[in-house]
Amino acid sequence: MEKGMKKRWISLYVENQIGVLSKISGLFSGKCYNLDSLTVGTTEDPTVSRMTIATVSDDETFEQIKKQLNRMVEVIKVIDFTDIFIRMKEILYVKVRDCSLEEKIELFQIAETFKGRVIDCGKDSLLLEFVQTAAKNDAVVNLFKEEFKNIEVVRGGSVGIESISMMEH
Amino acid sequence: MKQISGNRLLVKALKEEGVDVIFGYPGACTIDISDELYKQNNLDVILPRHEQALVHEADAYARTTGKVGVCLVTSGPGATNLVTGLATANYDSVPLVCFTGQVARHLIGNDAFQEVDIVGITRSITKYGVTVRRREDLGRIIKEAFYIARTGRPGPVLIDLPKDVMAELGSPEYPKTVNIRGYKPNSSIHMGQLKKALKLLQKAKKPLFLAGGGVNIAGAGEIFTQVAEKTQVPVVTTIMGRGAISTNHPLFIGNLGMHGAYAANMAVNNCDLLFSMGTRFNDRITGKLHEFAPHAQIVHIDIDTASISRNIHVDIPIVADAKEALTKMDAYVEPCSTGKWLKEIHAWQEEHPLTMKKRALMGPLDILQEINRQFDKAILVTDVGQHQMLVTQYAEITEKKKLIMSGGLGTMGYGLPGAIGAKIGNPDIPVIAVSGDGGMQMNIQELATAVLEELPVILCIFNNEYLGMVRQWQKLFYGKRYSMTNLRAGALSRRTDGEELPPYTPDFVKLAQSYGADGIRVTKKEEIAPAFERAKTHTKTPTVIEFILDPEEMVYPMIKPGGTLADMIMDC
Repeated sequence: MEKGMKKRWISLYVENQIGVLSKISGLFSGKCYNLDSLTVGTTEDPTVSRMTIATVSDDETFEQIKKQLNRMVEVIKVIDFTDIFIRMKEILYVKVRDCSLEEKIELFQIAETFKGRVIDCGKDSLLLEFVQTAAKNDAVVNLFKEEFKNIEVVRGGSVGIESISMMEH
Repeated sequence: MKQISGNRLLVKALKEEGVDVIFGYPGACTIDISDELYKQNNLDVILPRHEQALVHEADAYARTTGKVGVCLVTSGPGATNLVTGLATANYDSVPLVCFTGQVARHLIGNDAFQEVDIVGITRSITKYGVTVRRREDLGRIIKEAFYIARTGRPGPVLIDLPKDVMAELGSPEYPKTVNIRGYKPNSSIHMGQLKKALKLLQKAKKPLFLAGGGVNIAGAGEIFTQVAEKTQVPVVTTIMGRGAISTNHPLFIGNLGMHGAYAANMAVNNCDLLFSMGTRFNDRITGKLHEFAPHAQIVHIDIDTASISRNIHVDIPIVADAKEALTKMDAYVEPCSTGKWLKEIHAWQEEHPLTMKKRALMGPLDILQEINRQFDKAILVTDVGQHQMLVTQYAEITEKKKLIMSGGLGTMGYGLPGAIGAKIGNPDIPVIAVSGDGGMQMNIQELATAVLEELPVILCIFNNEYLGMVRQWQKLFYGKRYSMTNLRAGALSRRTDGEELPPYTPDFVKLAQSYGADGIRVTKKEEIAPAFERAKTHTKTPTVIEFILDPEEMVYPMIKPGGTLADMIMDC
């Protein structure tokens, strides 16, 4: 990674309206900001959606991103997750096909080692689910790429919330 | 309570917002709104000849009156023609509310006739844009649009109006108040930061004020002048900030930037405190970024947090409206001892005063000096290019004068519609537009609007048969290969059979006359003053004055693109 570049997370409260997602993703593409992942869903208040955005940027760009988000009319609140205690997880599904019996056994072991679960299976295929940090999921994906030929990966993007106690940074 | 249609509520809303003129072009999706406008006589409707010019007219109206400019166009092409004008207004922070027609809700997404996703298209060039999907939201959305457009850093807002929503009956109520949870424009200034900045100002040996367009938008010229006089700190301005302090004021040095005055750029380069307000440090003023104001600490006051510390590192950022900040400053500032620093600056001014070579026949300077001489109260509008830079260099902008232009986006074709909008908003003030022969032809159709609205605007064309600014770059940096810049080139000039070109393409004098305007061609110095005198006698008719100029005229000084403020090309 270039100097000063690092991965950062922002949580956004936005109006739950048509076009808001497009406006926010358009800001990132239009101004050449990196957008690593973006998740969005409604909150307990159906008029408000919450987004978790991961971006790789340097300090100055990150400041600019927060300012640009803040000035959008549809953005209600911007929370910088960089220096606060948060809980954050990502869901990852990996489907492995064409696997032998030995490989299936290995997959169960991998699932156990990496705190995943086997949630579905067929004659020669397995479906695994991992809910952990994006970094850990990166490691899992790398492992699968090395060990298995016919895999299918889908990831949800990180979802984060501020901690109550100060357990995990 | 009797229910009314959305169309009627829109007209009612315009009245309650105090709108007295709108710029509109009709179509199938807005015909019902046109019909409502026909039935009232509270507001005037101006019918331009093209939607791009329409937005520029509303934009210039807003810039010169301080009110929100209002546009109404139809769906599809009517809406897409707004794009350039919206971007122009967005860049220069101009408050506009633009209503676009839209096909009925059940047709949206079907590729219906004249359907476009205009909110999607303009998302990155408007302050806010929204499609009204429910009749009950209409009043609130219009109220919010006007509020968003004129508060904080002003900007254009677009409201897309599906035809069936507008036809639907609903409450006649127009809300009195606004509450948008995600939009709270900054209103109070951080006094701690301001006092820190003032401490720096009081301590600095070579302090310099830099005023951008934000000072003019805030209407802070008077208080700014007062603060400058109290502190005796010299002033440079951006082209959009020109006039923040009278250009005749002894503390005014000039504009900085690519075509800034030598002394102004040298002052920026040598100051130890750059106290800036209402500018976003655009690349045209900074040149090479990391060598901008190399010896200076920088204070930056701006209403828009995102404009602060984006292009340059700022030591003391202050988020505030320029007028409010200056009013607070006025209460605290004390005289700074700038005598020695002012002498240094005056020496630069003497070394390289802003000037142009005298021309035997006629040069741009002769024309601009005549404008300065004949008009002590005026609104000047420019197009984009060489003539624009010359106006920013030589036009005297005093307390009674105002200069508007497309500064950020650099939109050719702004001049003529800009003059129309300014005149509609200021019928008692002389309005003079200066355009090139290129820019003039980008919205020439608006001569019809000017004639029919009986606007005695004075439209100057600096005709050098070329797209002069691009030609200037080609002359300096591209070995005089004048590719694509000759406005008289074409099939005829490529043929070699000796046929002669017609003398003028177009003949602007005849063109003006064909619209019903007065047309004057000026080819030498002696004709300049009488031309303006004649134009001034017209009370209902626009005057086109075409000045025939040498294509070799250049704008100096010039900083090479990507160069630093210290290395200016003075002349060649």
